[in-house]
Amino acid sequence: MVQGKYNFPVPCNLLIMRHVITALVENKVGVLARIAGLFSSRGFNIDSLSVGETESPELSRLTVVVRGDDSTIEQVRKQLGKVIDVIKVIDLTDTPYVERDLMLVKVNVPPGRRGEILEMVDIFRGKIIDVGQKDMIIELSGTEDKLEAMIKLLHTYGIKEMARTGQIAMARGTK
Amino acid sequence: MAKTGAQVLVDMLVNKGVEYAFGIPGGAVLPLFDVLYDSPIKLILTRHEQGAGHAADGYARATGKVGVCLATSGPGATNLTTAIATAFMDSIPMVAITGQVRRKFIGSDAFQEADITGITRPITKHNYLVKDIRDIPRVVNEAFYIASTGRCGPVVIDLPVDITTESWDGPYPEDNEVHLPGYKPRYQGNPRQIRIAAEAINNAKKPVVYAGGGIIHSGCHRELLELAEKGNLPVTTTLMGLGGFPEDHELSLRMLGMHGTLYANHAVTECDLLIAIGARFDDRITGKLDEFAPHAKIIHIDIDPASISKTIKVDIPVVGDAKNILTELLPLIQQVERKEWHEQIKEWKKKYRLSYDNNGVLPKPQYIIEQISEITRGKAVIATEVGQNQMWTAQYYTFTSPRTLISSGGLGTMGFGFPAAIGAQLGCPDKTVIDIAGDGSFQMNIQELATVVHYKLPVKVVIMNNGYLGMVRQWQELFYKKRYSGTHLEDNPDFVKVAEAYGAKGFRIERKEEVRPTLEKALAIREPVVIDCKIGQEENVYPFIPAGKTVRDAIIEGTFGGMA
Repeated sequence: MVQGKYNFPVPCNLLIMRHVITALVENKVGVLARIAGLFSSRGFNIDSLSVGETESPELSRLTVVVRGDDSTIEQVRKQLGKVIDVIKVIDLTDTPYVERDLMLVKVNVPPGRRGEILEMVDIFRGKIIDVGQKDMIIELSGTEDKLEAMIKLLHTYGIKEMARTGQIAMARGTK
Repeated sequence: MAKTGAQVLVDMLVNKGVEYAFGIPGGAVLPLFDVLYDSPIKLILTRHEQGAGHAADGYARATGKVGVCLATSGPGATNLTTAIATAFMDSIPMVAITGQVRRKFIGSDAFQEADITGITRPITKHNYLVKDIRDIPRVVNEAFYIASTGRCGPVVIDLPVDITTESWDGPYPEDNEVHLPGYKPRYQGNPRQIRIAAEAINNAKKPVVYAGGGIIHSGCHRELLELAEKGNLPVTTTLMGLGGFPEDHELSLRMLGMHGTLYANHAVTECDLLIAIGARFDDRITGKLDEFAPHAKIIHIDIDPASISKTIKVDIPVVGDAKNILTELLPLIQQVERKEWHEQIKEWKKKYRLSYDNNGVLPKPQYIIEQISEITRGKAVIATEVGQNQMWTAQYYTFTSPRTLISSGGLGTMGFGFPAAIGAQLGCPDKTVIDIAGDGSFQMNIQELATVVHYKLPVKVVIMNNGYLGMVRQWQELFYKKRYSGTHLEDNPDFVKVAEAYGAKGFRIERKEEVRPTLEKALAIREPVVIDCKIGQEENVYPFIPAGKTVRDAIIEGTFGGMA
C-alpha cells in the first residue's frame, strides 16, 4: 500500500503508472492505423507513440508511452498482442532500458539575451540548428525529464513552436 | 494458363471448400460474379447485403465452417458492416469479400467508394486491401486461416475491381501454408495451471461451471458433460453457450445473467469456485461487477489471453483450446459428493422454478416456445432475433445439443435471426430451422422472405407479435413510468398477407388452443411459413436483474415495486 493523492491508502495495483511498451510489428500498410485505432477504441491513454524502421526492413518498432493501473497495462499488452501484424510486445518498465525523445524548439530571442540561451543549450548538450533575426531553433534529445526541464526554462523567453518525436526506447544489453 | 484476378479468387474459394457464397452484385464485383456464374460455388442472392452477411454468419454457426459473403464497393460494403460486427462480437468464422474501386481511384472519392478496410478495422479480426494480383492466393489462405483458428472472427478482403480483370500467367502457388509471425494461437493449456485448476476443483465445496460460447466453438460439449458428471459439478451456460450442456440434465442450471434463472444466479453468487470455460464475463452476465461471485475463487479457461482478467480478476487462468484443456483436466478430477451444495441447489431450483401465468385466452409466448421445444424434441435449429423473443427462447426452449441456437449475443442485432436462419437451413438441409422473432425485429430484414421463397428454403418464422419493440417497452414500463416513447408499432402490416404476397405460407395464432395444432401443421410443411402469434401487448420477460444490479434485486412477475 502507498499513500494516494488524498492520503487514502491506494492498493499498488490500482496506481496509475507510466509504462514504456515497445512492439515489433510487420512493416505493412495500415499497421499504424490499426494500433492507433486500438488505443482509441479501447480507451487507453497514451502520452506518445512513435514508429520507425528497424534493423530489418520488413519490421518496424513501435514505442508507446501509456499510463494506467496494472490491469489496464495488462490489457494494453494483450490487445496489442492480438493484432495480427504485431509480432512481439515488451513492457520495458520493469527491466533496465534507455529512452530518448527528440525535440525541436523555436524560441524567441529577446535583444541581448542570445548569450544566456546559448549557454543553457550548451549545459543541456543541445544544438542550435537555425538562427533567425528574433528567434533560433534548438535541437535537444534525451529523457522526458530532461526535455521537460529545458522547456520550463525556455518558457521565460517565449516558445514560438515546438515539435517532438515521442519516446523511443530499448532494453539495455545483456550483462 | 493465364487467369484473371476474379478466377484466381474463385479458384481459391473452391480450394477452401466454400459451398455457398451469400451476396449481392454491383459495379465493382461484376467480374467476380461473372466467374461465379459457372463455378461450383452456389451463389445465394439475398435482398440486402446485411441479409447476406447474417446468412453467412448463420451458416457458420450452424455448421462450424467458415461463412462467406460478397458485396460490391461503397454502399454494398457498408451494408455488410452490421453483420461483420455481429460475427466479431460472437467470434464467428466469416470471410467477407468486398469490391473496391480501381486502384488508381482509391482515395479520390470515386463513385461507390468507401474505405472499407478503415471502416471495418475495429470490427474484424483482420482485414486486407489487395493491391497486387499475385497476393490473392496468400491473402485468401491467410483470411480463412485467421477467421477459423484461435478465437474465431470475421476477416474482410477488399478487392479493387481492376485487379479482378487483370490477368496473371502464374505460376500460382501450390501450397496453402500461411506464414504469420505475429499470429500464433495457443491451443495447449499450461500443464501446471491445469494441475492447479484440478486441485481447486477437487477441493471446492460449492463449485459452479459457467460455460460460454467457447464450448460450442471448440466442440467440447462431450468433455464438458464428462467433467460435470465426473466431478459432480452444476453447470450454467451463457446465451452463447446454450446447447453446450444438455438442459434436461440434472446438473444443468440453465442460463445465468440478466434474464437467467434465479437458481443459476444464486448458485454463482454463493459458489466458492467458479469454473469459467470459453466465456468472457460480459456485463449481461455479471451485473454489478464487485458482487459477482463474491466468495469464489475463479478459474478461467479461454483461448483468448486478452479475455483473462479483462473485467473480473481471475485466480487461475488457463489459456488454450477448451477441448484440449478439458481433456487434460478430466483424469485429474475426483468424484466428490458435495451433498449440502446439491441439496441447496435443489432447493433453489424448486423455489425459483421458471414459471409464467398461463391463464387467459391469448397465447403466451413462453407457452408457444415450450410447445415448439416439445414438438421438435429440442432437435431443431432455433434462430432468434433480439429482445424479448430471444430471452423467452433462451428460457423456455430446452437446448440439448450444440449449434442448435443461432442468436446474436454480443452485438444484440435485431434483424439477425431470419437471414441467419437462411444460412443455417442451407448448412443443415435436413433439419427443421425456426426463427423465433418479434414483430419489430422481423421487419428489420423482412425482405429476405423473397430469398427463402426463391431458394425454396423451408424456414419457419414464428413472430411473437405484441405490437411493440417489446424489450424496450418493458424497460420503459419498469424504469420510465410507462412512457412508451418510440416503441409502439401501431401500423404493423398483416404479416400473414405479407408472407403470402412474397409467395410464402402465412398462419395466425390468436388463441392459446390454436398454438399446438397450428405449429404442428406449419412444421409439417416443407415450405417457408410465417406464423403470426398475437401475444399480450404488455407481456414481460422475468426474472429480470436490472443492469448493474445483483440477484437480490431481481424482479419477478408481480413483484415490481417501482425503481429509480
